[in-house]
Amino acid sequence: METKDINEQIKWAQINKDVLSSLVNPRPAYWVAVGVCLLLLSCAVVAEIYQYNTGIGTADLDWPQMWGLYIATFIFWIGMSHSGTLLSAILHIIHADWRKPIYRFAEAMTTFSLMTAGLFPVIHLGRLWNMYWVLPYASDRGAWPNFRSPLVWDAFAIFTYLTSSALFLFIGMIPDLAICRDNAKGWRKKLYTFLSMGWEGTDRQWRNFRKTYLLMACFLIPLAVSVHSIVSSDFAMSIMPGWHVTTFPPYFVAGALYSGCAAIITLFIILRYFFRFEEYMTIPILEKTCKLTFVIAMAWTYLLFAEFVTAWYGDDIPSKEVLIDKFTGHYAPYFITMVFFGSVMPFTLAFEKLRRHIPTMFVVSLLLNVGMWLERWMIVSPTLSFSYQPVAWSVLWPSIVQWAIVFGSFGWFGLLFLVFVKIFPSVSMYEVKEMVYHRRRAIEGDQAVAMHRRSSDPQPATEMPGA
Amino acid sequence: MSKHRIMGLFSDFEQAFAAIADIRANKIPGVSVDDVSLKSPIEHPEVEEVLGERPAHVPKFTLMGASFGITFGFLFLASAQATFLVQPQGGKPVVPLPTNFVLTYEMLILFGVLFTVISFLIGARMLRRRDTFYSEMVSLDQVGVLLVVDEKNVQPLKSLFEQHKVVEIREEVVR
Repeated sequence: METKDINEQIKWAQINKDVLSSLVNPRPAYWVAVGVCLLLLSCAVVAEIYQYNTGIGTADLDWPQMWGLYIATFIFWIGMSHSGTLLSAILHIIHADWRKPIYRFAEAMTTFSLMTAGLFPVIHLGRLWNMYWVLPYASDRGAWPNFRSPLVWDAFAIFTYLTSSALFLFIGMIPDLAICRDNAKGWRKKLYTFLSMGWEGTDRQWRNFRKTYLLMACFLIPLAVSVHSIVSSDFAMSIMPGWHVTTFPPYFVAGALYSGCAAIITLFIILRYFFRFEEYMTIPILEKTCKLTFVIAMAWTYLLFAEFVTAWYGDDIPSKEVLIDKFTGHYAPYFITMVFFGSVMPFTLAFEKLRRHIPTMFVVSLLLNVGMWLERWMIVSPTLSFSYQPVAWSVLWPSIVQWAIVFGSFGWFGLLFLVFVKIFPSVSMYEVKEMVYHRRRAIEGDQAVAMHRRSSDPQPATEMPGA
Repeated sequence: MSKHRIMGLFSDFEQAFAAIADIRANKIPGVSVDDVSLKSPIEHPEVEEVLGERPAHVPKFTLMGASFGITFGFLFLASAQATFLVQPQGGKPVVPLPTNFVLTYEMLILFGVLFTVISFLIGARMLRRRDTFYSEMVSLDQVGVLLVVDEKNVQPLKSLFEQHKVVEIREEVVR
C-alpha cells in the first residue's frame, strides 16, 4: 500500500521533466474535457445573448423571485474559491508540506472561481451596458453608493480577494516560470521570460520571496474569512425569514471551505489522470485532503443543525414556516437531497478503503459539490418564495435560460482552468524539490543515527523526565 | 588590479556550503563571505547559517502598506460619505463607524498585499536583465556560488572550488 506522500528518491531533474512534459503532452481526455467545457460555455453564451436581446424576463426573474439561480450560483462560486488560497495559506504557515504538489492548482481554482462568480452580478443585472453600476463609484449626480449596504461591501471584498489571490498565485509561481523559461521555445519562451521577471534563484531573491509569500499568506487567511462573512451579510443583515441568522457567517465560511475542498479532490483526480501525475499527486495526499474535507463537512453539518435549531426554538414564526416548508414543501426533494449529500455522503470519507479508491472519491467529490450548490439554492429561493406576505408566496421553477447560464458557468470555469494547467505548471516544481530534499535529509539523518548507534550507546528516552 | 566575477556550479548544497565555509574561515585572504552570492533551485533552510544574516525589508513595506490602507480606506470612505451631508440622513450618522470598519479592513489587506508585492520586486531586484553568469542548471539541480574578487584571488578561489568537486567554473572580468 502506498504510504509515502512522495517518493523522496525522485531526482530534481526528473521533477522538472515530468512537470514540463505536462505542458505539452496531456492524455487525449484533456481535449475531450476542453470540448465539453466549450459546449457548455456556448450554451451559456447563446442563452445570455437571448436574455440580453429579449429581456431579463426570459430568465423568469420576477418579484418575489428576484435572485434565482444567478445569485445562488454566484455564492457557490465565491464559496468554491475559498479552499484554494485559504488552505494553501494555512497549510503553508503550519508547514504542512503535503500541500506542495497540490496547492498550485488549488490557488488557480480560487482565482478562476472568483472570475466566474464576478460574472453573475453582471448577468443578473440584465442590462449589461450598465455593468459598471456594480462598482462603488460616484454617480453622475456626485452621490456615492450606500456604504452601509453589504452589497457594496461585496464589491470591495471580492475585488480585494481577487487581486490578492491572483497575486498570491502569481508570486508563488515565479521560480517555476523561470524553470519554464529555461526550457521553452517560441511564444512560450517569450511569455515565461516576461512573467518570470528576471528570476535567477539568488539568495537575495529567495530571502525576499520567502518573506513575501509568508506575509501574503498571513493576509489571505483573514481576508478569505472576511469575504464569505461579507457575502453572508447580504442575507443575514436583511430581515427576511430564514436569512436573519447570526450563525450565517461561520456557516457560509464552513460551506465555502467544504465545497472548495470537494472541488480540490475532483481536480486532483482529473489532473492526476490528464497529466500522469501519479508520482506527485499520490494517494496519501488524496487521503489527507479527504480527511480534511470530512472534518470541514462535520463542522458544516453542525452549523446547519444550529441554523435549524435557531429557527425552531426562536419566536420568529415566518422563519419557522420557511424551515418547515423546506422539509415538507415544494423544495423538500432538493432540500433533503442537499442534507443527504452534504451531511451523510461525507461519511464515505471516513473509511480508508473508500478514501484510497479513486473512482469512488471522484463521484463522492462531485456529489458533495452538487450538495453544496443545492445548499446555496436552498438559502436563496425558499425564503424569497415564502416571505412575510402570503400574497407574495410563489414558487418559480428557473427557466431554461437560467439553467443554461448556470451550466455554462461550469464550462467557463473549466475552460479557464484547463487552459491554465496547459500553459502553466500545475505542480509546483521548486516546492516539490524542497519537499523531496527535506524528506530525503530526514530519512538520511534517521539512517545515520541508526547506523552509528551501538548497543552500548545511551538509548533515546521513552518517558518524559520526572514522569 | 582588475576585478573578476567567478561562479562555481556545484552538484549539491553540501559541496557548495563546504566551499562557502572555507571562505568564511578566511582560507583565501581578502575574500569575505559577505562577497558571496548563492544561486539555487530551492531555498535551503540553513542558508542563513552559512551566509550569515542578511536583510530583507519586505515586512517594513508591508507595515507601511497596511497603515496606508487603513488611513486611505477610512478617509476615502469618510470623504465620500461627507457628500451625503446635502442629503437627509434620517438621524443616522454621516460616517458610520461599524460599516467603515469593514471596508477599512479590506483596504488594509489590499494595500498591505500590494505594498508587499512591490517591496518584493524592489528588494529581490526583479525586472532586471538576467546576469550574464546565469546558468540554466541552477533552475534544474545545481547550486551556484558567485563572487567578485581581485585578480590575485582568482586562482586560489578556483582551487578551493575544485577541492569541493565543483562541476563547472565560469569567470569574467568586471569592467
